[in-house]
Amino acid sequence: MKLPLALVALVILAALILPPLLPWPYDIIDWSAVRAQPLTELHVLGTDSVGRDLLARTLVGTRVTLSVALAAALVALVIGVAWGAVAGWAGGKTDEVMMRIVDALYALPFMFVVILLMVVFGRSILLVFLGIGAVEWLTMARVVRGQVMQLKNRPFVIAAEAAGAPSFAVLLRHVLPNVAGVAIAYLLLTVPQVVMVESFLSFLGLGVQEPMTSLGILVKEGADDMDMSPIGLLAPGGVLVTMLVCLTIAGEKLRDRFAA
Amino acid sequence: MLTLILRRLLTAIPTLLGVILLSFLLMRFAPGGPFDGERPLDPATREALIAAYGMDKPLMAQFGTYIGNVLHGDFGPSLIYRDFTVTELVAKGLPVSLTLGGLAMVLAMTLGVGTGLVAAAKPGGLVDRVLGVLSTLLTSVPSFVTAPLLVLLFALTLGWLPVSGWNDGAVPNMILPVIALALPVAGSIAKLARAGLAGALAEDHVRTARARGLKPLTILFRHALRPALVPVASYAAPAAAGLLTGAVVIETIFALPGLGRYFVQGALNRDYPLVLAVVTLYAALIILFNLLADLVYGWLDPRVRE
Repeated sequence: MKLPLALVALVILAALILPPLLPWPYDIIDWSAVRAQPLTELHVLGTDSVGRDLLARTLVGTRVTLSVALAAALVALVIGVAWGAVAGWAGGKTDEVMMRIVDALYALPFMFVVILLMVVFGRSILLVFLGIGAVEWLTMARVVRGQVMQLKNRPFVIAAEAAGAPSFAVLLRHVLPNVAGVAIAYLLLTVPQVVMVESFLSFLGLGVQEPMTSLGILVKEGADDMDMSPIGLLAPGGVLVTMLVCLTIAGEKLRDRFAA
Repeated sequence: MLTLILRRLLTAIPTLLGVILLSFLLMRFAPGGPFDGERPLDPATREALIAAYGMDKPLMAQFGTYIGNVLHGDFGPSLIYRDFTVTELVAKGLPVSLTLGGLAMVLAMTLGVGTGLVAAAKPGGLVDRVLGVLSTLLTSVPSFVTAPLLVLLFALTLGWLPVSGWNDGAVPNMILPVIALALPVAGSIAKLARAGLAGALAEDHVRTARARGLKPLTILFRHALRPALVPVASYAAPAAAGLLTGAVVIETIFALPGLGRYFVQGALNRDYPLVLAVVTLYAALIILFNLLADLVYGWLDPRVRE
């Protein structure tokens, strides 16, 4: 768990600190070095098919992808925790109806709903993460509901209620803090999920738009140009895969720790 | 059993209607319509076109007409591919997508369950741990990264297989798309199968079988495998959904004439009837897979049958 998290931290730090320090910004064309090989004239990873520095683009793309992912995961966290907590706490008919809705939504082809949203409301970066966050909260809701149901019958909760605390205050003060650990584990697992959706949309041209870039766009550009320079695909693809694998491993470890 | 199937089919109808209504409304409230091109149309022509497609009536009336037509197998004319009805386009694209998805499902199941069997044979051993990391790797690498890498290696560098195209379903053209589509799903199935088997092998009935002196392989296949496949079966529906969405990007990368490509093209061009038809079809397929998964579930684990 330490190695994956360290790798993630390293990539995040590089994406945050390095771009302004590089000799070439991510969106400026170097006319004298179009499709340059790695290590030519200050282009550490070379340039893409129109002469933009690949390292700078990969780092900026990572930054965009990760910020979208984090924002969307937070949206998912808020909706999921709220929905799950209310369902689990209320119980009975309310719980039944709310979880049936989650079940029904689970069965839907979500990527298509997100694509519809993108098409209908235009392709703004705000909508990308609102849309993704709005569909990625289902698992969170289920997990939080399960936790709340378990906590509901614990002595300290019953004691708080017996002491006359208002129901909502008990939920907020005594139950939710105990859900935090599991919620954070699932937040960590939601991030790679969201990274994947964002890259998927950007890959199809429906997510982040030029001149902004993201790992999905870079993989797409690299794939289109891979017969000329494979590094254009390998660099952003490598970063994307590293992030996804490390976040998944760390999230699973954390989840198992809280589940036990 | 029959009542179970009937009940599930009955509850599927409102879900399906909900999906259709949602995507119908979303598409209609979208800014810009199918007749807004780069060259503005003459207002009279525009009116005539809108009237011809019945888009001047109230929304609910349009929805009612649409549902009625769908029940007759008529999804309306495609607004972009002018000479085709949506039904014709779907009829062309569906076989391609189903072939692709079906083959990928078979490959993912074989690969996944096989890996799970090998890994669970000695839980905690070196093989188990290596395969565990490998499965995690497979599930977290998206198919739009694997697909170009496979093309780079097997098509561009080694030249063994074609880069893209469908070629009327020739086998060499199908190999790379099917593999790229199947790998992420295979990873998830491997994890589930391994966990299920490890759990089943620790159960009392397996211990009894071992005490009776049955061969390890007999125990594995006759006594442990069936209950171990329950979690795999319940994953069949999400797997199908994953394959359908994966197919969108795979069909785009390999330029295959499947449903997913029509969906992306339709969505980018605001071809309402086409997009609606594809979403409806996908939702119906996923509901169908959920039902199938439940039935297999009951067959694998008699306890859930009541």
